Amino acid sequence: MDLFLQQILTGLANGSIYACLALAVVMIYQAIDHFNFAQGEMAMFSTYICWTMISVGVPYWLAFFLTIAISFAGGVAIERLIFKPIHNAPVLSHIIVFIGLLAIFNSMAGAIWDHTIKTFPSPFPDGSFQGLIGMHEVGMFFVTLIMLACIFCFFRYTRIGMAMQAAAANPESAELVGIRVSWMLALGWGLAAAIGAVAGMMIAPIVFLDPNMMLGILLYGFAAAIVGGISNPGGAVAGGFLVGIIENLAGTYLPAIGSELKLTVALVLIVTVLLFKPNGLFGKSIVTRV
Amino acid sequence: MTANIDINVEKAEKNLLDGRRLNLKWIALFVALGLTVPFLFDGYTVFQATMVVIYAIAILGLNLLTGFNGQFSLGHSAFYAIGAYTAAVLVNQLDFPVYVTIPLGGVVCFVAGFLFGLPALRLEGLYLALATFALAVAVPQILKSSHLEGLTGGVQGLDLFRPSVPEFIPLNMDQWWYLIAFGIMLLLFWGAWNLINSRSGRAMMAIRDNPIAARSMGINTSLYKSLTFGVSAFYTGIAGALGAIIVEFVAPDSFTFQLSILLFIGLVVGGTGTIWGAVFGGMFILLVPNFAEQISTGLSYAVFGVILILVIYVMPSGFAGLVNLLLSRLRKLR
Repeated sequence: MDLFLQQILTGLANGSIYACLALAVVMIYQAIDHFNFAQGEMAMFSTYICWTMISVGVPYWLAFFLTIAISFAGGVAIERLIFKPIHNAPVLSHIIVFIGLLAIFNSMAGAIWDHTIKTFPSPFPDGSFQGLIGMHEVGMFFVTLIMLACIFCFFRYTRIGMAMQAAAANPESAELVGIRVSWMLALGWGLAAAIGAVAGMMIAPIVFLDPNMMLGILLYGFAAAIVGGISNPGGAVAGGFLVGIIENLAGTYLPAIGSELKLTVALVLIVTVLLFKPNGLFGKSIVTRV
Repeated sequence: MTANIDINVEKAEKNLLDGRRLNLKWIALFVALGLTVPFLFDGYTVFQATMVVIYAIAILGLNLLTGFNGQFSLGHSAFYAIGAYTAAVLVNQLDFPVYVTIPLGGVVCFVAGFLFGLPALRLEGLYLALATFALAVAVPQILKSSHLEGLTGGVQGLDLFRPSVPEFIPLNMDQWWYLIAFGIMLLLFWGAWNLINSRSGRAMMAIRDNPIAARSMGINTSLYKSLTFGVSAFYTGIAGALGAIIVEFVAPDSFTFQLSILLFIGLVVGGTGTIWGAVFGGMFILLVPNFAEQISTGLSYAVFGVILILVIYVMPSGFAGLVNLLLSRLRKLR
């Protein structure tokens, strides 16, 4: 029973990271109807920035918030400089640019910080909670929850959050009531980059810092977004926790999977959900009109 | 009035044909150039030229899917891997003759691609890109898995040795295998050209341009989409099998997501929706890393990324599109 409980808790902790990435993915998806394949690499790059600041002596939490601010600015800059000019281009062009960004960030991180695996400090005390789960995992879980609460309040209770929702739901009408839709897109990118940065900084102490650390985690982020429903931020978060738990339970209790086929679990999850419930568990169905 | 219309129709038909007629002059030049390569350069260059040919085949496969059918795949490294492992396992474990494994690699991939395409039918472009992304990320881990170690050799991978040149042919190993790869490429290009210009090819393109209209005209979109996925995987699988034979070794880490990115870059730079663009794409992804490494080591993917984004801004139809544009300008000048 202890093992089971432990796996559930670890699953929840990992799931909170997937939930973060899923939320970032959904954010950009809502704004421009595309999956950002570079989301993981952007988060990885932010994490390296934080690592550099900490290694020159900046206190952890200062570095943490500075990184979030830098990532936000970076996300806005990417939208303004790269995506705005091709806003009306076909889907393929967007995918190409995402792949281009992925390659650039991955290669730059390798060139600047080299490919050796680095340890990343945890702001939380060592030790474990009731011997079941590490304090870092507990901290990670609560950081994610706090961030999700902030984002919920931002969208629900602030003017600018409402404006962003309006811009995503119906760009033309939003434009007509005076919302600057194109800046709302940039804001969406900034927020997604910032959320991704938090996910990167929280998972780095567990998986260690290296330029390829996010690829598998991004896959889980996508799986979470798909399971929860790509059109629903709350669903994506729920999907993240669900995927984290499924991953851990499958790894522990299905001997054929163990730790070495965990990515396949994500593949199977994605394909199964897309097959049987394409809109995810909590998503709305979309009707195409001719 | 009627005459006028007739002339217009005739003109339109002529234009249509112009775009589709095989330009024998250029093809003869291309084949002649391709055939002289193994006799002009040293062994290593010929080996690299062989890799260009192999990448060109894989990129053509991807192009049939993306350029002509409008479906996206970030997972073609997986099909390349399946082709390569089919060849390696058949030769290494079951002592199949090497030459037989090339088409078999393609056939296994056709089946795999068709089966993967079936669920993917329900998915629109982006979801398909996502599912194939998942496939590409998962495959190296599956190949490494201890359950399959007896078959795939696990992390160590598998060796296979290609047979030597038949005695009556006065060529060395590199030249012989280059010519085989080149011949297979010509055959596959010819096949692709015929496919594109057939009824099925037009159906494929109609689905790309407007899926709903295509369906209402009576095209079985799901069948065509999954068949195209299969054919695309078939091409990439043949490239994978050839690649395994040329390199004489397969290992899971040769087929990571980066290979998918590489093929995708070749597709975009060469030109989506053109057949010959694949050759430019193959050259590009093999040669550019060499140059990029000279500028700064480890930055080749950054250079790739920048070029990718630039291509989108300045020449969206890729290198083949650029050449076509220049040629038509030249013709107008005359």
